[in-house]
Amino acid sequence: MRHIISILIENEAGALSRVAGLFSARGYNIESLTVAPTEDPSLSRMTILTSGSDDVLEQITKQLNKLVDVVKVVDLSEAAHVERELMLIKVRATGKDREEMKRMADIFRGRIIDVTESTYVIELTGASTKLDSFIAGLDAGLILETVRTGVCGIGRGDRILKV
Amino acid sequence: MMISGAEIVVRCLQEEKVDCVFGYPGGSVLHIYDALFKQDQVTHILVRHEQAAVHAADAYSRSSQRVGVALVTSGPGVTNTVTGIATAYMDSIPMVVLCGQVPTQYIGQDAFQECDTVGITRPCVKHNFLVKDVKDLALTIKKAFHIAATGRPGPVVVDIPKDITAQMCEFEYPKSIQMRSYNPVVKGHLGQIKKAVQMLQEAKRPIIYTGGGVILSDAADKLTQLARKLDFPVTNTLMGLGGYPATDRQFVGMLGMHGTFEANNAMHYADVILAVGARFDDRVIGNPEHFGTEKRRVIHIDIDPSSISKRVKVDVPIVGNVADVLDEMLKLLDGGCKTDPEVADWWKQIDEWRGRKSLAYRQTNHIMPQYVVEKLYEVTGGDAFITSDVGQHQMFAAQYYKFDQPRRWINSGGLGTMGVGLPYGMGVLMANPGAQVACVTGEGSIQMCIQEMSTCKQYGLPVKIINLNNGMLGMVRQWQEMFYSKRYSQSYVTSLPDFVKLAEAYGHVGMRIEKPEDVEPALRKAFTEHKDDLVFMDFIIDPGANVFPMVAAGKGLTEMILAEEL
Ligand SMILES: Cc1ncc(C[n+]2csc(CCOP(=O)(O)OP(=O)(O)O)c2C)c(N)n1
Ligand SMILES: [Mg+2]
Repeated sequence: MRHIISILIENEAGALSRVAGLFSARGYNIESLTVAPTEDPSLSRMTILTSGSDDVLEQITKQLNKLVDVVKVVDLSEAAHVERELMLIKVRATGKDREEMKRMADIFRGRIIDVTESTYVIELTGASTKLDSFIAGLDAGLILETVRTGVCGIGRGDRILKV
Repeated sequence: MMISGAEIVVRCLQEEKVDCVFGYPGGSVLHIYDALFKQDQVTHILVRHEQAAVHAADAYSRSSQRVGVALVTSGPGVTNTVTGIATAYMDSIPMVVLCGQVPTQYIGQDAFQECDTVGITRPCVKHNFLVKDVKDLALTIKKAFHIAATGRPGPVVVDIPKDITAQMCEFEYPKSIQMRSYNPVVKGHLGQIKKAVQMLQEAKRPIIYTGGGVILSDAADKLTQLARKLDFPVTNTLMGLGGYPATDRQFVGMLGMHGTFEANNAMHYADVILAVGARFDDRVIGNPEHFGTEKRRVIHIDIDPSSISKRVKVDVPIVGNVADVLDEMLKLLDGGCKTDPEVADWWKQIDEWRGRKSLAYRQTNHIMPQYVVEKLYEVTGGDAFITSDVGQHQMFAAQYYKFDQPRRWINSGGLGTMGVGLPYGMGVLMANPGAQVACVTGEGSIQMCIQEMSTCKQYGLPVKIINLNNGMLGMVRQWQEMFYSKRYSQSYVTSLPDFVKLAEAYGHVGMRIEKPEDVEPALRKAFTEHKDDLVFMDFIIDPGANVFPMVAAGKGLTEMILAEEL
């Protein structure tokens, strides 16, 4: 099962390596991990996309909570939440492909944020599956480079992760 | 008044009432050593290898209710401590390790004696810190002691760059500490505790299974009261020995890989297990699938939620400090305790299992290791601190020395680190001056930290080394005999030193004991005439002796190999 774990952690040097080290030492999956400071710069928020059985997930959250720097942990995917991922994709945009690329970006509500004579950089945000479909929809030979942030997510409504 | 970072370190130790530090100097801790020199509140014990400093600090904690401290230099000083830190971590031992580091501006430059201390130790510490500003130093050390000793205890490393120890700063030691990210639970959930008490009173085939958590939370008295009130059988893990008096009728012995027939059967066939500060690890329950074949209900008290339902599904989890939770249980039972009448039948069954006398052993005309431990028990009146190394001798000590008190059995249960025994003896003696301390070891293990005989000489630490010398890496040999068709690959120790001469060379007393009838007189002599000496007692034992009962790896708890079956 796919799970999105959100963590509030003290914004200390090495905090990321403690979390990453825990996952590798105990053999847990990390499919993606994003981290940045919150509105309170002394705290970072980390989002980890992982997978595993219920037992494994229980251990993951317990082990994360045990880390001394971790303030809070929730499994976002346990209840209503929204999730997004950002992708920047550089594509070849020449000849008839130039028009086609523009059309694809429009269909997926992407934005072209850099233009040269032969390339576009398209910015696309959405659920990871949407980004996957965008990639699948392009001619693979035209993709020059992709970069994705990994999933970040937040609970809906009153579900708030705060100190 | 402004004082140096080095002086701050020493003042913090004084504030924490640390009376002794085990350590070894070097370039990056010279300022700290200079500050130590100028005071006499904190004694320093100069070991001969940093590994021993950490083991000794670890045993200081295990044998007292205080936090042991080690102090080492950067680079190789730190890397030498890793085995000791990992050993303490596996057994949840509170400890603070202070490490020197190269000056801040050199970090990351591959400076002389630089290593990534925080990175290297991260997976085997409860927490670690790199001090980046002298203003944070006192608070960081305060946090280190707080984190080490609270919640599920563990070792904490503080990495201190040399320039920080030279800088000047006002000193103020924080009285208390608040950390938003670290607030371990103490009290158990009352509703859960009530459920547990109810379940205990309905039990027909109960067992109380306890581990190191009982020792760590100083809950042996409460556990004993509870067990007596309920009249339930009690078994201890290797780490839990002394948590319940071993000479008591209700004690069924240690369980697990080398547990007694009655303990393993009672654990397997129990209908209600009360697990207290234990974690159902692989050496305790054997094959989890086999263990899962019996229907039972499990109550699990532990301070660490991640230990609960990790390997065995638990019906009533209680997260909390063992002593506090047991206290609540006792209060509830004070209102009237009804043990199910069928428990009497269960006791009959247990006595039948006891009748198998699974710890009986055959005497040969060699000295049997079991016999040495039995005599050691008699000679010391059952009241010694017993440290041990890792191997057959460790299991014999655990099986045949009856521990009636907590914190008397000092061994590396989790990591299984050969070499701990002698430095453990030093740590015990520093925490308990004048106590009787015996290190039950093997000729393999003792050689892993043998240099500490020199430290013992310097500080007058009269450890009695009980070397159960079988000329073999006995535990390895036992497995090879049983599971590798007697192909004794590299388990025979040749070219052993003359241990008597070696002890004498270090300035101690050495004895070589070769006949069964000499065992007891030699022990008596060591503990009376040589009370204040380190005595190296080299017992030449039956090289073929094996540890039984044994649950082979991958087997179930009830599938024990017993001595007479061979
Ligand atoms: C540092 C370390 N290395 C290897 C082992 C594996 N090991 C476990 S028991 C043992 C043999 C110990 O021999 P000895 O100390 O003579 O004790 P005996 O079993 O003979 O009583 C070995 C090598 C270990 N536990 N620790
Ligand atoms: Mg041996």
